[in-house]
Amino acid sequence: MTKSGQPGISRRSTLALMGAGAVTVATPWVARAQAKTIKIGMPTILSGRVAQLGTSSRNGVMIEVDKVNAAGGLAGRQIEMVIRDSKGQPQEAARVARELVNTDGCELLLDGEASSGSFAVHEVARDLGVLCIHTCSEASSLTADPKQHIPNAFRSVRQGIHDSIVGGSYAAAISKAKGLKKWATCAPDYAYGRDTTGEFTLYLKRFAPDVEIISDSWPKLFQPDYTEVVTKILQAKPQALYTCLWGGDLTSYIDQANIYAMFAQMEVFAVNMADYTALTVVKNLPKGIHSGNRYIKTFPATPENAAWGDAYKAKYNEYPTNWSWQNATAVMLLSEAARKANSTDGKKIAEVLAGLTIKCPFGADGTVTMRGDDHTLIGYAIGWGTTIPQEPYVPEVKAGDWKTILELEAEWKKSKGYT
Amino acid sequence: MDLDALTGCLASSACLVTQTTSGFIIGMLLFLVAVGLTLIFGVLKVVNFSHGAFYMFGAYFAMTAYQLTGSFALAIFCGAAGTAILGLAFERVFMSRVYGGDVLMQLLVCYAFVLIFDDVVKLIWGPEFKSMGMPAAFQVPPLFIAGGVVPPYYLLLIGVALAVAAVLGVGLARTRIGKVIRAAAHNPGMVSALGINTGLIYGGVFALGGMLAGLAGALAAPVRSLTPGMGFSVLIESFIVTVIGGMGSILGALIGALLIGMIRSFGSLGFPLFTDGLMYLFMVIVLVARPTGLFGKEVA
Repeated sequence: MTKSGQPGISRRSTLALMGAGAVTVATPWVARAQAKTIKIGMPTILSGRVAQLGTSSRNGVMIEVDKVNAAGGLAGRQIEMVIRDSKGQPQEAARVARELVNTDGCELLLDGEASSGSFAVHEVARDLGVLCIHTCSEASSLTADPKQHIPNAFRSVRQGIHDSIVGGSYAAAISKAKGLKKWATCAPDYAYGRDTTGEFTLYLKRFAPDVEIISDSWPKLFQPDYTEVVTKILQAKPQALYTCLWGGDLTSYIDQANIYAMFAQMEVFAVNMADYTALTVVKNLPKGIHSGNRYIKTFPATPENAAWGDAYKAKYNEYPTNWSWQNATAVMLLSEAARKANSTDGKKIAEVLAGLTIKCPFGADGTVTMRGDDHTLIGYAIGWGTTIPQEPYVPEVKAGDWKTILELEAEWKKSKGYT
Repeated sequence: MDLDALTGCLASSACLVTQTTSGFIIGMLLFLVAVGLTLIFGVLKVVNFSHGAFYMFGAYFAMTAYQLTGSFALAIFCGAAGTAILGLAFERVFMSRVYGGDVLMQLLVCYAFVLIFDDVVKLIWGPEFKSMGMPAAFQVPPLFIAGGVVPPYYLLLIGVALAVAAVLGVGLARTRIGKVIRAAAHNPGMVSALGINTGLIYGGVFALGGMLAGLAGALAAPVRSLTPGMGFSVLIESFIVTVIGGMGSILGALIGALLIGMIRSFGSLGFPLFTDGLMYLFMVIVLVARPTGLFGKEVA
């Protein structure tokens, strides 16, 4: 059998060309993969009441990107960050993420969204297959739930379940020592508040079984007036209060509870207190609020962490937030993975990222690990302590034990049907 | 639903005092915002959707004045006076152009300025939240009245709001300027024909409305975090108050605000997951029974 000998392009070649064209249109970052600079897209919240989340995330990324570029770039390619405002709306976050890849030609994504937006960006990453690192969402199910698992998505963030295990254990020890049996809770009425409170009380009761929750309050997110919540808690007369209010909501709550002298009447455990955003804004910070560490330059108490916090303050004239270190860690992980893979190809980086351990100023032992099986960060510094109204704000932090955290996390995953 | 907690509270003098005071505090701040809103609607027939921005500016002006001078009294004055001037300028330059026009146009102008004012605050004070802090004079232990807890700062706040209600009530009913304002609301053409400058009256009423919202913002600043857009949630509750009390009625705004305050305060005990729902439910009941609100007048 002979070929037809017709001039022009054969049917097979045409199909191959069409196929290549389709792939190029659908995955434009492939076509641009060899450009000199590498664009990394980042949807985050740059306007609205939590705009500080986005700006401190951007700052955390940029401080590390500048270092990577100064050292020769990501596997030899200079990084160009393309950072866009999602306004904190999930549908906008998904749209922006898609646009960053399809229109702007970003080859990698850093997802600087709060939990609600992260799940939306996660679906974009699933659809486009682009490497994505979630840098802000603490919702445990984002990586714990196997239904969410995709090979190209990772999370460089503390997890709600880790905080709850450490917080529950810390609070239970104080409960036993001081005889705090009657507890109240106060949390913002949305997924984060409900989940975190549920997980905290689960471990509090596990470690101190005689604890009883006698009152719970669920103010709206961004509620301006907490008077009725404060007086309701005062009426219940608990011995201790747990709250996961955060940011401006937490500072409002403290100001309003302060004039009722609430902090003198009970022990207060506020997981989000020890972040500079809240610590530096509250003018009359009561002494002795128990808090989880968010970002404190004195914990871990290492020269590397202190130097990083000071460098950030020198550059941006404010201290880093919890989101800053998480975003910085994402760039550190990317940089090391690209170096080891000697490539900026998302798939190759993902292969190295899974299970990668790097030196990091925020690590409990000076390192953090991107766990291989569920693509989430472990080994970061995590602990609780009590606040004072001036620097260092949390003079002593009781560090959580990662061996216990991982054991209990495995149990929790099993109980949720995740493993 | 936790009716035991509610009945238990009603039977305890300590709880009753604490929750009633709490209701007064919530209600009185709402009243100061809502009364400006209702005044502007009553006289100018404009639903001022940008009213929450004056509350926000009042808080920011007060915080800045307090940081610069350390005087709380001056901070309150700056919050109120600053928003009065802003209200006058806003009315003369922009709102006066859409009087008698399409309602949609009025809404669009107001909404545009909600966004513009939020961005102005962001540019001047930054996007992050701020806290003014409680003045030293009020950093004192709360009072205990019949076993109930009452913070002294909130007594000041309630006192100021009640004084404003009394001055407004008497001023509009008994003074010459009050009569002119009421006449301008009823028949602006006739008032103008009598040689009275209605533009001045309108500007003055808008400035007064803005000042009251600014005063509320300044009084709230020590106990609430300051953020761009902080006026929006207050505005929604103020509209509920205005609708319940009757658009244009000062007494209605006072009673409506107190009722909403009490619903929030006692509702949080008896119906902790339905406190907001109770407010809207109450509004629906009032509107079904009296479509013009508790103290609203039928439109001829």
